Amino acid sequence: MMEIRFKLNGRDVTAMAEADDSLYQVLRSLGISSVKCGCETTNCGLCTVHMDGKAVLSCSVPAPRCAGHEIVTLEGLQDEAKRLGACLADEGAEQCGFCAPGLMMNVLALAKENPGASDEEIDAYMAGNLCRCSGYMSQRRAVRRYLAMIAQEVSA
Amino acid sequence: MAVYKNYVLAQSLDEAYALNQKKSSVIVAGNMWLRMCGLRKQTAIDLSALGLDRIEENEDAFVIGAMTSLRDMETHEGLNACFGGVFADALKPIVGTQFRRGATIGGSVYSRFGFSDVSALLLALDAKVVLYQRGEVSLAAYQKEAWDRDILTHVVIPKGRRAAVQSVRLSATDIPVLVCAASVGPDGARIVLGARPARAMVVADGISPEADASVCEAIAQAASFGTNRRASEAYRRRVAPVLMMRALMACSETQKDGEEECK
Repeated sequence: MMEIRFKLNGRDVTAMAEADDSLYQVLRSLGISSVKCGCETTNCGLCTVHMDGKAVLSCSVPAPRCAGHEIVTLEGLQDEAKRLGACLADEGAEQCGFCAPGLMMNVLALAKENPGASDEEIDAYMAGNLCRCSGYMSQRRAVRRYLAMIAQEVSA
Repeated sequence: MAVYKNYVLAQSLDEAYALNQKKSSVIVAGNMWLRMCGLRKQTAIDLSALGLDRIEENEDAFVIGAMTSLRDMETHEGLNACFGGVFADALKPIVGTQFRRGATIGGSVYSRFGFSDVSALLLALDAKVVLYQRGEVSLAAYQKEAWDRDILTHVVIPKGRRAAVQSVRLSATDIPVLVCAASVGPDGARIVLGARPARAMVVADGISPEADASVCEAIAQAASFGTNRRASEAYRRRVAPVLMMRALMACSETQKDGEEECK
């Protein structure tokens, strides 16, 4: 076991990890339940978190690599999550909700990186978030609605 | 599942190279897909603290650190301006943005994955790899070699060629069934086929950029293809000339559009 220190949702944390643990496993051991394990092969996007402000797949980030870095999960972005969650609900973009935390983390990364994203850019950015129940059209509408909301706030 | 006993965040290339001489060691790059690989090693060596995640431009080339993510290449303004946006176009179909932020150019090139879109494009652009011990080696030669214990530190992409990539996939973000990268430079056009399903290789070099369907057909007939669960040899051979033609045409268009941007 090795000791890893990093910043999690704004707090300094220390976690114990095996050499071959992924960030996902460490986060779950710290009680972070929004991070889900779907495919564990870097394809589904369920385990998306922000590492130093960028969306990454926590199932493929070696836990020891996180030492000294800043990790943010949906638990650390509750205000944004509520507003984005409302957009998802209004557009019928969620059924079982299992993929929602990973999807929301990627949308929040998109909002920072390209707040004026076109539909085509939204589709390309969200291609790594798989959903098997609500469908992607409603998700696209929800993302568009959220980005418009953010843009309106900025202009106001 | 990848299983390691020790994890070493290397503090220098010397240290990483020394550790990597043991067969029980492995270099960890993007760490993608390792859950499926059944890898069991004593020591994992991480190069992420060595500053190998930068894209630098000089007069003649772009020098890209081995730990640079595919996403950084996809969104790098200088790289895309110089090569007509081909990196953005060619890398976008690879899984998703989060995946491409993790996957590294060094991991793709060292592993010589047959399905690699990246390797096909880099071969078309006449890229070279820089190895810690051996120095600079052409990617075309490196692609043919067996895996060894040297460390790939950089990929060098010379300026002066325009490239385009075409691929066939069973679904939008899937691994390609066939990739064709074409480039045009002062010495004519070069065509690379990847996901044959074997490693990408140059199948034509120095041909006319205006090569017609019969030339592409002849190149496809002479190239080597295989069958896997994604497609048959015959299917790949049939599709290849179409991708070649499309890639050459796309090259000509970007050549006309941006001749001044890379000087």
